[in-house]
Amino acid sequence: MTLALAFALMAAQPVTPQPQPEPDTAAQQDDFSGVDWEKEFGVEKRQVDPATGELPVDPYVQSPANAGATPFSGAGMAKAFGGQEGIRTIIDRFVDLNTTDPRIEAIFKNQDLVRLRRTLFEQFCYLLDAGCTYTGRDMKTAHKDLGTTRADLNALVENLQRAMRENDVPFAAQNRLLAKLAPMDKDVVER
Amino acid sequence: MTVLAGLSIWLSVAPEAHADPLFDGGKLILTNGISTIEGASGGGLASWATIAGMETDRGVGVSAHVTGIELADYGWQSHGVSVGIKDRLELSYARQNFDTRKVGAALGLGEGYRFNQDIFAAKVRLVGDTVYGSTLLPQISVGVQHKRSLDGTIVKAVGAKSAEGTDFTASATKLFLSKSVLVNATARLTNANQFGLLGFGGPNQTDRTLQFEGSVAYMLTPRLVVGGEYRTRPSNLAIAREDDAHDLFVAWAFTRNATVTAAYADVGSVATFDGQRGALVSLQFAF
Repeated sequence: MTLALAFALMAAQPVTPQPQPEPDTAAQQDDFSGVDWEKEFGVEKRQVDPATGELPVDPYVQSPANAGATPFSGAGMAKAFGGQEGIRTIIDRFVDLNTTDPRIEAIFKNQDLVRLRRTLFEQFCYLLDAGCTYTGRDMKTAHKDLGTTRADLNALVENLQRAMRENDVPFAAQNRLLAKLAPMDKDVVER
Repeated sequence: MTVLAGLSIWLSVAPEAHADPLFDGGKLILTNGISTIEGASGGGLASWATIAGMETDRGVGVSAHVTGIELADYGWQSHGVSVGIKDRLELSYARQNFDTRKVGAALGLGEGYRFNQDIFAAKVRLVGDTVYGSTLLPQISVGVQHKRSLDGTIVKAVGAKSAEGTDFTASATKLFLSKSVLVNATARLTNANQFGLLGFGGPNQTDRTLQFEGSVAYMLTPRLVVGGEYRTRPSNLAIAREDDAHDLFVAWAFTRNATVTAAYADVGSVATFDGQRGALVSLQFAF
């Protein structure tokens, strides 16, 4: 009862208007509208290649060795992954999972996902001996300045496992591919 | 000038770049191992080079477990907690309660007499990673397990030299992904009798001797593993032989943070009662 009365009294208090802070005249004089921020911060604009849909990267020496591992021999692994068609489906799903995974999606912001899908497909297709060569950069260069951690890599591995599982790659074959990728951790984890 | 002013404001208010959570929980499932009967992470019976908890090298992890074993003549219950720091250092505590049931009466201790033990352990990962890196370089850790029997009078009466003892372990663990097989080998310096429940040292041997623990596990899925372990043990006491121990286990991480393990375990002869084998069930929560 007394509590209700107290609330009623509080509600009845006249509201004193707070004094508004004086407008910052200095800030008003600064007009940033004409500033080319990208020029001021030295941002280089990269143009999408109309033919490939990819952004240019710094020049590098192309070599299948950039894939970071020696390929399997024989048709067994390519078959387990459903050939080039299967690999493309798995890579597309893998990239989609990564770019929507709250744990690691930030890493893929502002990255060239067109190029990522192509080079990942090439790398897997090459390593699985499914009839491709790898034309991308080596793992250290490709992951430079991404600031990835061990936990990021583990999240990525889980997404790859999920993409492979959803596309019916036998678990032993999944692990055989992961065995090729696992030794690359020192090149892709930065901190 | 205005740009410089803008830059300085931007720098002063820029938030710290992506602060890591303390409990990052980013470890791959099952690569924290399962709690051993001595509290350290491993395969249940053998201590592995793994570090407890779901943290990676930038966080902290914790785990807790409870284990029950039904042997032919005895009952076992143990539980404990572990902390993993940056996937580098593991600190653990476990309590073992060993129920002698009817054997207790036969040994003159009274039916249902329980041997109890506290184990404080630390383990540090020196080099390597269970999953990543070269297959030639396993994850290698060294550990220390300080054990305190809470039955000093009785264990000394049966011939133990001490009610307290300390084991030293060195472990190498590697997951060979190309075969989906995990292998562990551990060397242990110990003078514990029946893991320490019957004290340390005895008429046959007072000092620590070098013992071996081996484990092989096969991954069926990322969350389901089957395996077997073998562990040699000293036989220090004159009144009762002690045998090597082995087990066959299946471990299932039914969620990211919970793993249940079922095993067939055989510890041989315990306090003159031979053929002590039976079922082990263990539940672990890890974050």
